[in-house]
Amino acid sequence: MSTSALLLVLAALATFAYWSGKQRSLKLVGGGRGIRRLHSLPSYYGLLTALWCGLPALLIMGLWLMLQDTVITALVKSHLPAALSHQNAGQMGLLFNDIKNIVLGNIPADGARAEVRAAALDYQRLRGIASLSLTGLVLAAAVAGLALVRARIHPELRARNAVEKIVEFLLLGSSMLAIFVTLGIVLSVLYESLRFFNAVSVQEFLLGLTWSPQTALRADQVGSSGAFGAVPLFLGTVMISGIAMVVAVPVGLFSAIYLAEYANRGFRAWVKPVLEILAGIPTVVYGFFAALTVGPLLRQFGEHIGLHVASESALAAGLVMGIMIIPFISSLADDMITAVPQSLRDGAYALGATRSETIRNVVLRAALPGIVGGVLLAISRAIGETMIVVMAAGLAANLTGNPLEAVTTVTVQIVTLLTGDQEFDSPKTLAAFALGLVLFLVTLVLNVVALQVVRKYREQYE
Amino acid sequence: MSSATAPNEPAVAGLPVPVNCKTVGRVTVDNALLSARGVNVFYSGKQAIQEVSIDISRNEVLAMIGPSGCGKSTFLRCLNRMNDTIEGARVTGSIVLDGQDIYDKRQDVVQLRARVGMVFQKPNPFPKSIYENVAYGPRIHGLAADRVELDEIVHTSLQRAGLWDEVKDRLNNPGTSLSGGQQQRLCIARTIAVNPEVILMDEPCSALDPIATARIEDLIDELRASYAIAIVTHSMQQAARVSQRTAYFHLGDLIEVGETDRIFTNPRHKLTEDYITGRFG
Amino acid sequence: MNRSVAETRERVEKSLKRRRWAELRFKTYGLCAVLLGLSFVVLLFGSLIAQGWSAFRQAYVVIEVHYDPAVLNPEGTATADDLAVADYAALVRTSLKTRFPDVEGRAATKQLAALVSNSAAQTMQKRLAEDPKRMGQRETLRVLASDKVDQLLKGRIDRTVPEADRAVSDQQLAWIDALVKDGSLSLAFNKGFFTQGDSREPEQAGVWGAVVGTLYTLAMTLALSFPIAVAAAIYLEEFARRNRWTDLIEVNINNLAAVPSIVFGLLGLAVFLNIFGMPRSAPLVGGLVLTLLTLPTIIIASRAALKAVPPSIREAALGMGASKVQMVTHHVLPLAMPGILTGTIIGMARALGETAPLLMIGMVAFIVDVPKGLTDPATVLPVQIFLWADSPERAFIERTSAAILVLLLFLVVMNATAVILRNRFERRW
Ligand SMILES: Nc1ncnc2c1ncn2[C@@H]1O[C@H](COP(=O)(O)OP(=O)(O)O)[C@@H](O)[C@H]1O
Ligand SMILES: [Mg+2]
Repeated sequence: MSTSALLLVLAALATFAYWSGKQRSLKLVGGGRGIRRLHSLPSYYGLLTALWCGLPALLIMGLWLMLQDTVITALVKSHLPAALSHQNAGQMGLLFNDIKNIVLGNIPADGARAEVRAAALDYQRLRGIASLSLTGLVLAAAVAGLALVRARIHPELRARNAVEKIVEFLLLGSSMLAIFVTLGIVLSVLYESLRFFNAVSVQEFLLGLTWSPQTALRADQVGSSGAFGAVPLFLGTVMISGIAMVVAVPVGLFSAIYLAEYANRGFRAWVKPVLEILAGIPTVVYGFFAALTVGPLLRQFGEHIGLHVASESALAAGLVMGIMIIPFISSLADDMITAVPQSLRDGAYALGATRSETIRNVVLRAALPGIVGGVLLAISRAIGETMIVVMAAGLAANLTGNPLEAVTTVTVQIVTLLTGDQEFDSPKTLAAFALGLVLFLVTLVLNVVALQVVRKYREQYE
Repeated sequence: MSSATAPNEPAVAGLPVPVNCKTVGRVTVDNALLSARGVNVFYSGKQAIQEVSIDISRNEVLAMIGPSGCGKSTFLRCLNRMNDTIEGARVTGSIVLDGQDIYDKRQDVVQLRARVGMVFQKPNPFPKSIYENVAYGPRIHGLAADRVELDEIVHTSLQRAGLWDEVKDRLNNPGTSLSGGQQQRLCIARTIAVNPEVILMDEPCSALDPIATARIEDLIDELRASYAIAIVTHSMQQAARVSQRTAYFHLGDLIEVGETDRIFTNPRHKLTEDYITGRFG
Repeated sequence: MNRSVAETRERVEKSLKRRRWAELRFKTYGLCAVLLGLSFVVLLFGSLIAQGWSAFRQAYVVIEVHYDPAVLNPEGTATADDLAVADYAALVRTSLKTRFPDVEGRAATKQLAALVSNSAAQTMQKRLAEDPKRMGQRETLRVLASDKVDQLLKGRIDRTVPEADRAVSDQQLAWIDALVKDGSLSLAFNKGFFTQGDSREPEQAGVWGAVVGTLYTLAMTLALSFPIAVAAAIYLEEFARRNRWTDLIEVNINNLAAVPSIVFGLLGLAVFLNIFGMPRSAPLVGGLVLTLLTLPTIIIASRAALKAVPPSIREAALGMGASKVQMVTHHVLPLAMPGILTGTIIGMARALGETAPLLMIGMVAFIVDVPKGLTDPATVLPVQIFLWADSPERAFIERTSAAILVLLLFLVVMNATAVILRNRFERRW
């Protein structure tokens, strides 16, 4: 049975379980006025039956489907003739691609080698068995759950409490998902990174000055790795984020100040939403804008004043990233500025401070922790931003401090290493995970510090 | 402005009082420093006080009392144009400081507020050190030529506010680290560091305990020697203790003005009497 | 004080001029910053619209076709399968040559044929397959012009540059002018852009495949993230006691909201594709990754909405003897729902614009077919934009901008819905 069909059957069974549990409770007390003798409303008995019918079955099904492919692949692999089983991981991956494609009918089977065809048949047979046993197991679990609960229904059964316990448990589970996601990120990225660091030393990765993972692709160099010194990427990332912050912080901060302290209500009501549009625009659009409009503009301007600007320059990417971050800074700064109590402003005004003196010496001073927190979050964003740099910063891992040249960043390299043809297990693809680990750790530290600072600040004026 | 004077008032030096002034008692004084005439305030069109005329003189404390919401703070904030900071607030009438209309177009509010300082209900020290709190005013106004002079100003101001001995060892601690009463005295020190002519106080003790209140009241009494002081208070005892003249506000009207002793012993207006005897308020 | 009032006033006055200047300067900086921000908005939208609006019209040529059996079925024995792979390009060439009879030679014919998109042949094949009786007959067909002709008509190819540097030759220019003159070549509404999938040929490329892929992916995201996020928010707001455990969950959620999106892509690649063996490029996996990405946003918004419901309502429900679950489901949740929905829409809008994590799970493949299910290979609008932006053909620039305009339209609709929802239903307690 296909997965969706199985799900439908399960839903039907659960509905039946609801009805049957409800009827049973009613029958036990003779229906009608007898309901008062039940501990809970009849619908709770129904719900309890339905939950026990559906949930365990769903759980089994989820686990099974998660593991099915891995298990079947392992089994097929163990059945392979010696000629095929002594291959390296990359070739094995390609082989299994072929096998799956034959099974799906994407490749005509008669074109393939006999061994491969046999493996495909094996695969198909195992899949058939798996599907059948899954159906049996899930249905058995559902029926068993239904029958067990139904048999235990009696008027004193605290059905509502039991249902609510389950609901509470599900709620708890949902909230724990956040922890699992973090764990998942850390474990998966860490695992692949550790494999990378088996091939390339941590020192070389963090301190090396040359980055050319492509060389590892060459057939005669399989096993020997390319150059994986990530310093050029780190520098490129820092440079582009730096340019972005140089644009975004003053513009964002000053526009927040102007809108919060100077602008009249009408102007503010119009301008604020318009500026916030910038925050809602997808980054791929900024990337296009950087590559197609800002890059050539800068290049022409550079030619005009006799400077060579690369067509994919750090400056273009940084500028556009800065534009993207402006609304982020300005809305955070606006929050922080409006959180400063009016009494502080009054104190300064009453001494005869001008508006700008009040803002600079009192308001910004008071809002400083919050604003610093906001800027840290913005930096974390800039570091992790991907599409703008992929489209506008280029791939050249230049070790340069010149913003007019092309540089590359951590995120650009992750994307380049992992898109297109990939052979898993080569240092080239694993390097992407090592870069991801660095990215995750750096942004994690920035975020935690920033969130803490902002929270402290908020509490101060609450 | 009308040139006629209120009928039951003898003409004196100073500004004439509008005819429609219904305030009981004498609103003028002989050596007025700050004179309000026919002041109305509107918040987004809603009138908060109407036709208030009163003088404030040097070396004297004027107390303003009245039920809450009657417009005392509103009037006080007119005197150094703090209402400018409220969106939708509009002031009409005239307020004259030393012969100059403070609502005149050419009047710089910065200059005005340097001359008419204000202390607020809730102590509001800046998020800076004690020293910087006091030095802030002199700094922005360029009152001190060098650091020595600035130190001197900070020292005298804190001393006059009666805070010096308590804080002289921790001038670099944040102003917010002080107790409520100390913070309020810091705010007073901050105000007098600018060397103003008038000090406005809006319920300066309402957030403080009785002991801190007593200290501030003593301080106000000392400061009277150098400044004209107007204080809003909700405590009649406080008005009686610190002020020489008292003004009673009711629903935006200035009902009665007079010597503090006279107001509390022999109020002339029914509303004043009711308030003082505690029939409402 | 040891200084006279007059002296103080003099000093204050002396400082005024400088301070008024400083004030003016400061205010001007602020105004400039705001204007700069506004001008970025204008520049961005201006350049997108200027580049993209023309893609909504497309050059079509009207040609006279003869379904000539001598070309399509020379032996007279062709089956339907044979007919499907017959030489329709020859029909196109012939019909163009009938229009311009003085064209001689292979090179010239090739140039002439290049005026028409290669989809013209497919159109004819489809017409014939629909109705085999057309064999031997003639009809007038409107077919796509090639991308170069299209760009020329839209003024994006400069006629004045020397022939060698121009994508269209002088000879072709003459033909094009002749066709335009007799009205058989003109710009018309570009329906294909909205109904077709991707293509290597710019004139045939459309966004429909990406739109469908986006819809599948977002549907998957919504179906998972909404219930989970609401459940998590309810637990944290209504059930959890504050302890180290819930603090940990909270820190996690806040941090996940700020983790770079590409890291979620790495997670998806390592876990969903490599461990669980799910299909690459599938909306299923895209939806899973975007679920993880949007969960924190929706949880945070939902918690804020739940927090805004006044405690008095909870007390009233509990006071009536309702259980906690009943209190939440009957009273608190319905009141918080508008806020939760607003947060969800905003989260979905964010998911709609995400590109980087989807690149990691292979949604970046070149896919012509419109996906038909959650496990079909698919791409989404932002990725389509990324792919087109990378294409060298000039004509893809306007398509990219147009696709961006479509994407922005989706976003505007979603955000407007959120705003309306908020204004209509949000209560101030
Ligand atoms: N910023 C404001 N906006 C609108 N109305 C205000 C504002 N401040 C005060 N009011 C109104 O003006 C009246 C007088 O207020 P206020 O001067 O604060 O009274 P008091 O200080 O005597 O208690 C009150 O009715 C109050 O509601
Ligand atoms: Mg008041």
